[in-house]
Amino acid sequence: MKPSAFEYFAPAGIEEAMGLLEQYGEEARPLAGGQSLLPLMKLRLARPRSLVDLRKVAGLSEIREEGKGISLGALVRHRQIETSESVRLRCPLLSEAAAFIGNPQVRNRGTLGGSLCHADPAAELPATILALEADLQVLGPRGKRTIRAEEFFRDFLTTALEPTEVLAEVFVPAWPAYTGWAFEELRRRQVDFALVAAAVLFTVDKAGTCRRVRIALAGTGPVPLRAREAEGIFQGHPPTGEQMARAARKASEEVRPESDVHASADYRREMVAVVVHRALRTALGRVQ
Amino acid sequence: MKKHPIRVKVNGVVYEREVEPRRLLIDFLREELGLTGTHSGCDLGQCGACTVLMDGESIKSCLVLAVQADGAEILTVEGLTRDGRLHPLQEAFRENHAVQCGYCTPGMLMAAYDLLQHHPHPSESEIRAGISGNLCRCTGYVNIVKAIQAAATKGWEHG
Repeated sequence: MKPSAFEYFAPAGIEEAMGLLEQYGEEARPLAGGQSLLPLMKLRLARPRSLVDLRKVAGLSEIREEGKGISLGALVRHRQIETSESVRLRCPLLSEAAAFIGNPQVRNRGTLGGSLCHADPAAELPATILALEADLQVLGPRGKRTIRAEEFFRDFLTTALEPTEVLAEVFVPAWPAYTGWAFEELRRRQVDFALVAAAVLFTVDKAGTCRRVRIALAGTGPVPLRAREAEGIFQGHPPTGEQMARAARKASEEVRPESDVHASADYRREMVAVVVHRALRTALGRVQ
Repeated sequence: MKKHPIRVKVNGVVYEREVEPRRLLIDFLREELGLTGTHSGCDLGQCGACTVLMDGESIKSCLVLAVQADGAEILTVEGLTRDGRLHPLQEAFRENHAVQCGYCTPGMLMAAYDLLQHHPHPSESEIRAGISGNLCRCTGYVNIVKAIQAAATKGWEHG
């Protein structure tokens, strides 16, 4: 099907873009890569009156290494994240997660900001930035504000952004030495959406004791979530195989997935234990 | 609905046209420019039959608006032949029987083109990942993979 008719704007700068969003309010949608929005519009599940294309807005497509971490502009494409040497060195979990997104063509167009603001709970990047405890820099008519990743995802396809706000940048704080990472995804075919996925970060100290662990899950409910009880199992101890198995089981008990055409709730719950277990083992194996 | 002027270079030729904002790139290429080599399979971005190159990168033309392509350079399957000669990728598809009904073929060729630009000597799993955005209902992919391997082995040159 074709999208219903809409007005189109390609503002030259961020001020103009925000002015348009303010003018049209909830009837306008910002357009980034369009890889999620356009299919919705073609199915007529979304019928915005106006699209504000951000492609001419400067300054939103950079990847910047900073002392305390790495900043990625909202219009950075998934393909850039996947291939960036900076990201691979400073935040390899993000590189690994981005490689799982869709397929090459989608990754050439889709953006970090678009994926986060679309907020599909089965998507890779929302869960990943949750595990990374990233900060989202947002621009609006009242100025800038920072939203923490754990406050950003409110409900199915719903974020903390106001209709007049634009996500500008994502700041990923650097993780300390001796941190391992892993992204594990279960899907039937390479290009399917994830049934469930886990983004894991695991930091130990020199004695091998767990200092910090983050387990974030995709595909288990209306928003990505942290398996906090599972994380708690490791605190203050050197990690063991038995703990990893227990944490995987605990993570599957923390989620309340729904059944749908792709998988039953029971299957998703069972598979949470599998992907979390795999991700924990891989992450620990990568600790240096 | 107000039309927008766009300027697009397709297969080396510059076109200036006016389009509705909701006009998809694939429909612009096929209906406005008469370049029907790019196929519409699923209309939702799943099958990849609509794949073309935009500014050197493979994209699904059913998931891009024509207005988003203003100022861009597009390469479609029609742009692969030069002076009536098939591109090495097209030759490889022909020689390796990688075409049955032909519906997915233009998309496969453009996806393979993008793959080989970035990975001139891909492994089999890299090829399969490279065409993972393209579905084929006829061939089972085996000969498509072989054709891409053959094109890579022959020292395919692009441009």
